Amino acid sequence: MRRFLRPGHDPVRERLKRDLFQFNKTVEHGFPHQPSALGYSPFFRLMAIGTRSGAIKLYGAPGVEFMGLHEENNTVMQIHFIPDQCQLVTLLDDNSLHLWSLKQHKGASELHEEHRFTLKGPPGSPPSATQVTAVLPHSSREVLYLGTESGNIFVVELPSFRVLEDRTITPEAVLQRIPEDNCNRRSCELVEALREHPKNHSQILIGYSRGLIVLWDLQNNKATHHFLGSQQLENLYWQRDGSKFISCHSDGSYTQWPVSSDNRQPEPLENTVPYGPFPCKAISKIYWQTTKNGLPYIIFQGGMPRASYGDRHSISVIHGSQQTAFDFTSRVIDFFIIFSSDPAAEFEDPAALVVLAEEELVVIDLKSAGWPAVHPPYLASLHCSAITCSHHVSNIPLKLWERIISAGSKQNIHYSSMPWPIDGGTNIAPDPPQRDLLLTGHEDGTVRFWDASGVCLHLLYKLSTVRVFLTDADPNDNMNTLGEDEWPPLRKVGTFDPYSDDPRLGIQKIYLCKYSGYLAVAGTAGQVLVMELNDEDAEHVVDHAEADLLQDQEGYRWKGHEKLKTRDGPVRFEAGFQPFVLVQCHPPAVVTSLALHSEWKLVAFGTSHGFGLFDHQQKRLVFVKCTLHPSDQLALEGPLSRVKSLKKSLRQSFRRIRRSRVSSRKRRGGGGNSSEEMELAPVQRKIEARSAEDSFTGFVRTLYFADTFLRDSSRHCPSLWAGTNGGTVYAFCLRVPPAERRMDEPVRAEQAKEIQLMHRAPVVGILVLDGRSTPLPEPLEVAHDLSKSPDMQGSHQLLVVSEEQFKVFTLPKVSSKLKLKLTALEGCRVRKVTVANFGSCKTDDYSENDLAVLTNLGDIQIISLPFLKLQIRYPCIRKEDVSGIASCVFTKYGQGFYLISPSEFERFSLSTKWLVEPRCIVDVPEVTSNNHVHKSGTENATRKSRGPGKTPGDCGEDERKSGRLMEHALLNDEKVLKEIQSTLEGGRGRRDHIPTSPRNRTLSIRIQKLCRKKFGKKSVRTWTK
Amino acid sequence: MRQPWHAQKHSFYQFGAEFRRFSLERSKPGKFEEFYGLLQHVHKIPNVDVLVGYTDIHGDLLPINNDDNYHKAVSTANPLLRIFIQRKEDADYSAFGTDTMTRKKNVLSNVLRPDNHKKKPHIVISMPQDFRPVSSIIDVDILPETHRRVRLYKYGTDKPLGFYIRDGSSVRVTPHGLEKVPGIFISRLVPGGLAQSTGLLAVNDEVLEVNGIEVSGKSLDQVTDMMIANSRNLIITVRPANQRNNVVRNSRTSGSSGQSTESSLPSSTPNILGNLLQGEEESDEEDIIIEDSGEPQQIPKAAPTSASIESLSQIELLHESTQNGFLPSSEVNLNHSAGSISMEYEVPEPGRKSLEEDGTIITL
Repeated sequence: MRRFLRPGHDPVRERLKRDLFQFNKTVEHGFPHQPSALGYSPFFRLMAIGTRSGAIKLYGAPGVEFMGLHEENNTVMQIHFIPDQCQLVTLLDDNSLHLWSLKQHKGASELHEEHRFTLKGPPGSPPSATQVTAVLPHSSREVLYLGTESGNIFVVELPSFRVLEDRTITPEAVLQRIPEDNCNRRSCELVEALREHPKNHSQILIGYSRGLIVLWDLQNNKATHHFLGSQQLENLYWQRDGSKFISCHSDGSYTQWPVSSDNRQPEPLENTVPYGPFPCKAISKIYWQTTKNGLPYIIFQGGMPRASYGDRHSISVIHGSQQTAFDFTSRVIDFFIIFSSDPAAEFEDPAALVVLAEEELVVIDLKSAGWPAVHPPYLASLHCSAITCSHHVSNIPLKLWERIISAGSKQNIHYSSMPWPIDGGTNIAPDPPQRDLLLTGHEDGTVRFWDASGVCLHLLYKLSTVRVFLTDADPNDNMNTLGEDEWPPLRKVGTFDPYSDDPRLGIQKIYLCKYSGYLAVAGTAGQVLVMELNDEDAEHVVDHAEADLLQDQEGYRWKGHEKLKTRDGPVRFEAGFQPFVLVQCHPPAVVTSLALHSEWKLVAFGTSHGFGLFDHQQKRLVFVKCTLHPSDQLALEGPLSRVKSLKKSLRQSFRRIRRSRVSSRKRRGGGGNSSEEMELAPVQRKIEARSAEDSFTGFVRTLYFADTFLRDSSRHCPSLWAGTNGGTVYAFCLRVPPAERRMDEPVRAEQAKEIQLMHRAPVVGILVLDGRSTPLPEPLEVAHDLSKSPDMQGSHQLLVVSEEQFKVFTLPKVSSKLKLKLTALEGCRVRKVTVANFGSCKTDDYSENDLAVLTNLGDIQIISLPFLKLQIRYPCIRKEDVSGIASCVFTKYGQGFYLISPSEFERFSLSTKWLVEPRCIVDVPEVTSNNHVHKSGTENATRKSRGPGKTPGDCGEDERKSGRLMEHALLNDEKVLKEIQSTLEGGRGRRDHIPTSPRNRTLSIRIQKLCRKKFGKKSVRTWTK
Repeated sequence: MRQPWHAQKHSFYQFGAEFRRFSLERSKPGKFEEFYGLLQHVHKIPNVDVLVGYTDIHGDLLPINNDDNYHKAVSTANPLLRIFIQRKEDADYSAFGTDTMTRKKNVLSNVLRPDNHKKKPHIVISMPQDFRPVSSIIDVDILPETHRRVRLYKYGTDKPLGFYIRDGSSVRVTPHGLEKVPGIFISRLVPGGLAQSTGLLAVNDEVLEVNGIEVSGKSLDQVTDMMIANSRNLIITVRPANQRNNVVRNSRTSGSSGQSTESSLPSSTPNILGNLLQGEEESDEEDIIIEDSGEPQQIPKAAPTSASIESLSQIELLHESTQNGFLPSSEVNLNHSAGSISMEYEVPEPGRKSLEEDGTIITL
């Protein structure tokens, strides 16, 4: 009978499942792992980043992003946009060229690979003959010039990639025009740079690696000028008017050359070694940007004195007497300059310097004094300190959201107020349905608050717990403290800093109550901090308590790290979350579970030794419970028992670990013969039933507060539930005094139940279902009218999720009711489990709660409540990707995040209803001739400023609507009013200030539009001339 | 330890069942014959042949019919020894064995309601002499002769399962000819382990199924987890590396005469799915609950809503009696069951130590 009732046989349910569940990986947040190439289209104002794994990502205005992946998974070496076209060419390290284009499909743009091509030489020629080293897309958009290692320059027709053999520029042809006494065949080996003349499109500048530079006339097929450099050439750049160009060299020098019509072999105008006289490193790339006021900007990468600063990753900007060498935290991949004026203008007027470093993107505002950095709205470096945990909170109340933003804006004052300069394309995705926060805990003791509502993961606020503790961090170890007259004038930029001074500060667990603003944070050395949101700076003493989890267990010695030392006396905290209670566990082992109940004002924490309950209102420890098995020596001594000193050597060892991680990753990538090695020594697995004597059985995996029927079925009471690694569940009955006597009477706790699961698998989740079989609401959720109050009439049920089984028990008398044995049937184990609410995409009024489960195989399963039927399963993460599986976090509405690299979160959605994915459009001009492009550009710009894809009628209505909304906001919100005023006056509204509720977001977009109209800076992009 | 045992008596002559409680000295249990006599004396049935059984710590009903198992029974009393006595002519032999007490149809109802019992009584070949099976070959009738389905009863023995598995490959006949396919193999047997002691598993045997689930397409770690999760009642289907000791059957050639499905093994199942379901139920070791720091006890199954009130009350009886020693059971409405006598003996335990040893209770 039972087998016929299994899911999968009920057509109604099957149909409903299709309306409820759908799996999509929607967007990658964060910074691409191992970027390798950078490209920029000034016409579309789109930036392209290529990676070592063959991914290519395009970014424009916030929310505008596209992604493509080369089939080959080879490193992307170069990216070139075809001038004024929505097309780009990529060069991979296997010497293949790929043409990508953005095409509109169903109202949104999509990135597709159109063609691929590998240059083939004549039969028998060496591979170097066709090894592409330089790519020049010609402004005619018809051909591509490919410089090769052999010195040949091949001409390839676009988009067909047909080689035009008769137009190949051979070294022999070049040498014909050059006197033989100072040049030979070897001078023309390896084309280092190809640059088109800015005015005369029939001339290109060819730079060979040995220093010879030739100006080639394409129409007459001959060299008109040649320039003899004495040093190895690195790169070339034209001056805007085409009268001069600049070359940079491997000895750290750059040279200006005149191009005059009469002299066929000009002498250099000026040869400079900016950081001489001692030997310098190569300048690998250089820009020469003219300005209206006459003083050019010279911007170059590298060139540092070899001996003292050879290890710096620098880009120098020279503008008249101003000179700064921006010192990056990681290797510079590439950089480009954004001009403020249109391409046809006489001067370039650089506005911003965009630098892609290996670990972060840095944008520097060249318009403002002091050249401050611009806060990027996307491509955030999630890993500026390694992520140790994450926590997601859905549907943040507006009030809390605004307070977090305002706390964050006080931290960002050193950033430029320049609007984000890369603003191509239009985001047409609907506004995110709600405000979501993603909190990441980091190794350096910070918690970062990210706006995870939409496509752009944006840093709102950063919280540091370090101030509470006395650490070894040396305040003088700051690379920024260089004197005024230091040479070279280095300035550190960027936030990437992976080296933690003290690993004990690492954040392990986070719990935020979105209604009360209470935040609990727990770390590696057993520290638990409870914080409260304060809008002002404050100086106060943090109440400190110790929880001895071993109690009267004797004869054990903790050999792990010491507990953190606290600061005596009051500590100054900046506006934001400020700690007021610190509980330190003894022994100071990693906190493995944390729960906060903001209504009862209780915080529960667990380690590998036991768990405790702390009353943060009365600042009193309520109880502790030791969960240790006496035979578990390992847990008692601590995992770090062999580490002798945690002080100075730590920085070194962390570096070592990172290096080895990188190298092991490389090895894995290249290993084709690893499977053969496996054959030689087969992997064995022991089959043995678990016994109670296994290690770490006392490890507390989960803590849960519930108001339920623990003792008898007539009275419900607050309770605390804890689940351990050994399959034990403890239930404590709590007596919380009523609010009016909350400070007078102590909170009492008494153990009421202890359940031992016989399969002894770690308990990873505990949940109480009310009389309607709905999970109990979060604390304060009912008080804020955001949830129905739980059904206290019907009988409650307890759901215990272990790694192997899901079990439902009745309450208050514990008898087993239902179970799903996941491991026994599937061989997989539960890694993460959350209750998620799924709404139907067909009808608005149907939604249900299910369990979202991630297994050790990287599968995601949805299991129905309360009947524990497997609904659906999707493969999501590779099972080898252990860190990806460990980092996964589910949201309350069926979405999730996991790390695909140390710096990137993949966002996925299980719901048909809640789907956050990029949807954007880039208008592509259809016509080919130059004049037409400009015209259609005008149209684009004006159309864009109103909102794309809408008829004028729609548009008007849209405007009217947002106008009304704006008035409404003006009347209601003084803050917003001020914001609008300052925006209109300054013309540089910082979007951070504007609260981004859907309503206000419309408003802020509208403000931007107004600004653009009023000041005409960006959007009406001067094609009107 | 010399302590008198509690003795208590409940008579239910109107139902044909009676309960007695009396004490024995743990240190001097005496011989089986004496005990048998004592039982006959206590129940005033001097000339009736009875079958004596007891429930061990795992809830299995095991027979007492010689000195050895009698002594074993007394030594495992915890602290109560529950003894069931049945008249030999009414006896249901199939009631004995592993997991009998925890089956849905628990043994008490089997014993108390023999006439309601659905199964026909099995033909008794001989009395089971051993305490419990360690392993068995099952489903011989439905499996190909080249395969062997082995059931390991880890439950109740101290021996480790004691084997290792590895990845490997085997050659299969597929529509595309012979093909090498990955498989899971037994790589090592631990000397003295359960797997070795059965003699039914050997190194290089290919593992095909675990508790009714095919392992093909599953990784070594997955199969490991499945085996460990099922370790209390592990059923492995293997293709033995040595094919010379296979069971040869004649019934297979004679078609589905129905004769072959009539297996003498109590755990035989008509098909894989049935086996899976049965395995699910039978492997159910019950979780343990400690209420208000009291005595540990097994968590009962919540009564299914479709169950009759009778069966509800019986479950309640079993549960309550294990929980609190003896409740006055007079309010329990027992069914008419002829000639069944149930007795429970309480053996005072020497200390907590024994509780820890059997591994069912976590130390406080």
